[in-house]
Amino acid sequence: MADRFPSPFDIETPPGAEGWQELYTYSLPFSEDRREYEDSMFWFQDGVHWPEALTPWDATFLEYALASLSQYNTRHYLIPPALGVDYRVLNGYTYLSPVGVADPAEVEARVPHFLERAGFYFQNWDTLYEQWMTKIRGLIGEMETLRFEPLPAMEDLAVVTEGRGVGSGFEIQRSYHKLLDLALQLWQYHFEFLNLGYAAYLDFFGFCKQVFPSIPDLAIAKMVAGVEVDLFKPDEELKKLARLAVESGVGDAFGATPPTTVIEALRASDAGRAWLAEWEASAQPWFNFSAGSGFYHTDEIWLEHLEIPFGFVRDYIAKLRSGVDISRPIEAIRAERDRIVAEYGELLATDEDRAAFEQKLGLARVVFPYVENHNFYVEHWSHSVLWRKMRQLGGVFVKEGFFGDENDVFYLKRDEVPEALWDMYSAWAVGVQPRGPKYWGRELERRKRILTALRSWSPPPALGEPPEVVTEPFTIMLWGITGESVKQWLGASGTDGGLKGFAASPGVAEGEARVIFSADQIGEVREGEILVAPLTAPSWAPIFGKIRATVTDVGGMMAHAAIVCREYGLPAVTGTAFGTKTIKTGQRIRVDGNAGTVTLLD
Amino acid sequence: MTFVVWLHEYDPAQRPLLGGKNASLAELLSAGLPVPPGFAVTVGAYHTLRDHADLRREVGRLLAEMDLGDAAGLEQLSATIRGRLEQVPMHDGVARAVRSAYEALCERCQLEAVPVAVRSSATSEDLPDASFAGEHDTYLWVRGAADVLRQVTRCWSSLFTARAIAYRREMGHDHDVVSMSVGVQKMVHPRASGVAFTLNPSDGDRSQVAVESAWGFGEGVVSGEVTPDSFLVDKVLGTIARRTVSDKAFEYRLTDGDTVGRVAVEEARRTAPSLTDDEVCAVARLARRAEKHYGCAQDVEWAVDRDLPAGDNVILLQARPETVWSRREPTPVAVPGTDFMSSIVRTLLSPLHARPTQERPP
Repeated sequence: MADRFPSPFDIETPPGAEGWQELYTYSLPFSEDRREYEDSMFWFQDGVHWPEALTPWDATFLEYALASLSQYNTRHYLIPPALGVDYRVLNGYTYLSPVGVADPAEVEARVPHFLERAGFYFQNWDTLYEQWMTKIRGLIGEMETLRFEPLPAMEDLAVVTEGRGVGSGFEIQRSYHKLLDLALQLWQYHFEFLNLGYAAYLDFFGFCKQVFPSIPDLAIAKMVAGVEVDLFKPDEELKKLARLAVESGVGDAFGATPPTTVIEALRASDAGRAWLAEWEASAQPWFNFSAGSGFYHTDEIWLEHLEIPFGFVRDYIAKLRSGVDISRPIEAIRAERDRIVAEYGELLATDEDRAAFEQKLGLARVVFPYVENHNFYVEHWSHSVLWRKMRQLGGVFVKEGFFGDENDVFYLKRDEVPEALWDMYSAWAVGVQPRGPKYWGRELERRKRILTALRSWSPPPALGEPPEVVTEPFTIMLWGITGESVKQWLGASGTDGGLKGFAASPGVAEGEARVIFSADQIGEVREGEILVAPLTAPSWAPIFGKIRATVTDVGGMMAHAAIVCREYGLPAVTGTAFGTKTIKTGQRIRVDGNAGTVTLLD
Repeated sequence: MTFVVWLHEYDPAQRPLLGGKNASLAELLSAGLPVPPGFAVTVGAYHTLRDHADLRREVGRLLAEMDLGDAAGLEQLSATIRGRLEQVPMHDGVARAVRSAYEALCERCQLEAVPVAVRSSATSEDLPDASFAGEHDTYLWVRGAADVLRQVTRCWSSLFTARAIAYRREMGHDHDVVSMSVGVQKMVHPRASGVAFTLNPSDGDRSQVAVESAWGFGEGVVSGEVTPDSFLVDKVLGTIARRTVSDKAFEYRLTDGDTVGRVAVEEARRTAPSLTDDEVCAVARLARRAEKHYGCAQDVEWAVDRDLPAGDNVILLQARPETVWSRREPTPVAVPGTDFMSSIVRTLLSPLHARPTQERPP
């Protein structure tokens, strides 16, 4: 077994991807300038959020997210042992490295500040969280007001008669800058509560592990989990709509494709029109829901790809018609949660521990709604709006002949977009041809070739020398990176007939594997198969009614996907690192969600 | 004088008549746990033998000649005394009561000559732990009233094994200080059997049940002759957290001669799990029920009856308090007087204890 992962400086550029570094901000790739530091660190590939190679603009959210996360640890709350999480891009893939506070005296010095600052948030959590909800909705409202429209041949007369003094070329540039500001603000908000939420959860988690040394992580998660969570709302809304379709007799319309045909059929009757009105009411905001992690412009959003939600509605209708109860048994889930808490409480040996158990569980439950819900508001709803607005901007460039497709805008770095806008504006202002169409035509072709080469490359799960133990609490909770999982990566040959990972959802199942790499392939999944994927997104929930079990390459216990897997009660093993590489579609496998193992039976 | 008490008619006031093991089975049965039907031959019945005047004199005389240093002589003495005890004809009233109880049991089970297990249950009013002198006898797969009567007598005589005699002498106890009740219970015909602890024996975790299991009758597991399959079941979630399937070279099973014997396990079954996952969980639930009934950690014996339908086939044979971890004084993990913020800081500073290595199957 090797004792370290390759150095980032030993990784070769895949053939055809030469020059990939130019696709990202200069500070993102590993470089000779910081070689000594970078070579001394342990880096893991973040497949939870970024399982695929990033196009230049999509790296924006990587940078905004990691800098914001770090800023709260390091500068706002002074988490005593932890600074931020450093980030790099290598061959298009994201690598992260948690940075600790090395000097024990400095750790000590950070404690009083942490007590004061984090203490304030914990004590005023409900008020501040209510405020957060107002802030985030306000922010999304501002995003919605952004407009990207083609520059007019002649400014509107009102610009003159109202004495506005600025023109459309200025407005479009300002809108883009505003979009970036709002996006960064969004990511600042994202981490306002999250790190503290994890800290409180970790405290309860650590206590449970001490009083019950063998307690499954899953049991702890179940005690804290909310029953009615916003992240489950989109699926709930689909079920509601499927029920309405059956009750009002418009269910047959969903047999047709494409969605435009379905809508046409629905428009033909009163009942159908009533259904469409209900659909519209649910769609905003709940179908601003990404079929992926929300971090890629290619992630399909329900609102924009009606074939996805309509397909789910069709499946639900079929279930309802065959007498299957599709409703989420809220009361049963609540009763089960109460039972688990009561039984563990009873098993505690002393009154002191019972008191501590209740106090810590109480705090964990106060903070947990944020941990569960923020994902919908940020990665799904807000990102959906931002991707939509960026595509509008891309459309403007298409109109001006810069690009062939609105999505080409994502092949520009975020700070190249103002340059292109300037070129477009300036030529419009002067009344001549911009350089952009030729320039970007060439450059985009080159970049697309590079990305194609990067996409066919498989990133190693980690780089550099692994630490004996991983201590950074958020790395453990969110990414599921532990000393042990790292050792498994080092030892895994990927061919010895088995895989190990996290026991993320209990149960044992055997069946044929269906390996899929992205949401586009969801349609390939057939009844009774075992889903094997790099990761699953919350929006895949409706297919959990078809499959027997789930195996993913990445993810810890609190990754967004893990929360949803448990909710649907299927055996799941997450974070196997090599699942999609080792398992072939059609191969029979056995998934043990209690032990965290996958056995290849053929 | 009451010579026989049905387990299902047990009244706690009768405890001194039954001995600890029989009383416990009766209590579990009345609490609704699946304990095989049967009856106890009471301490009073044993006393008809103990108080037999001639016998008493003779045993007394034999014991007076005992030489603790002479192991062979002690064995000889034990054999002589046990032989004498077994020759004395059983008290008429006792014999009648046992015979008619056995016949009633046959009728109850709708089987002719129902096979039963005859087990000794030593008791003492003066000594807290009457099983001090080691194992007393158990006779499996006994059929017919005559055999039942004979094995009851042999159980009685097992109070005079060499070890028991020597122990009482060393402790300075009078030989009359112990009594014996004998349990007669319908015999389970087990596909698999074993033991279960309502905690994790390696770390004392009360949220788990440890199950050990092997093919056939439980004697191999209890005596330690067979390396059993072992399972850890999470009590609250009801899931199997760890499983280790062992090579089980032989089993105790019913042989052609209608007796229980040690037999080699055929190749295919040796390394196959002796319980299905559902059965493992059913055993754990059963152990948990016994624990809830007594309010403390239990050590139970169980069997999966091959003649009963799945779902109803896990039978409780024995339950007693777990002693190793339960004797430790519980010390709280929570540090008294700390507020949640200092607790969070402590957790952040030493997340190591927060995440011990996950348990994995080997």
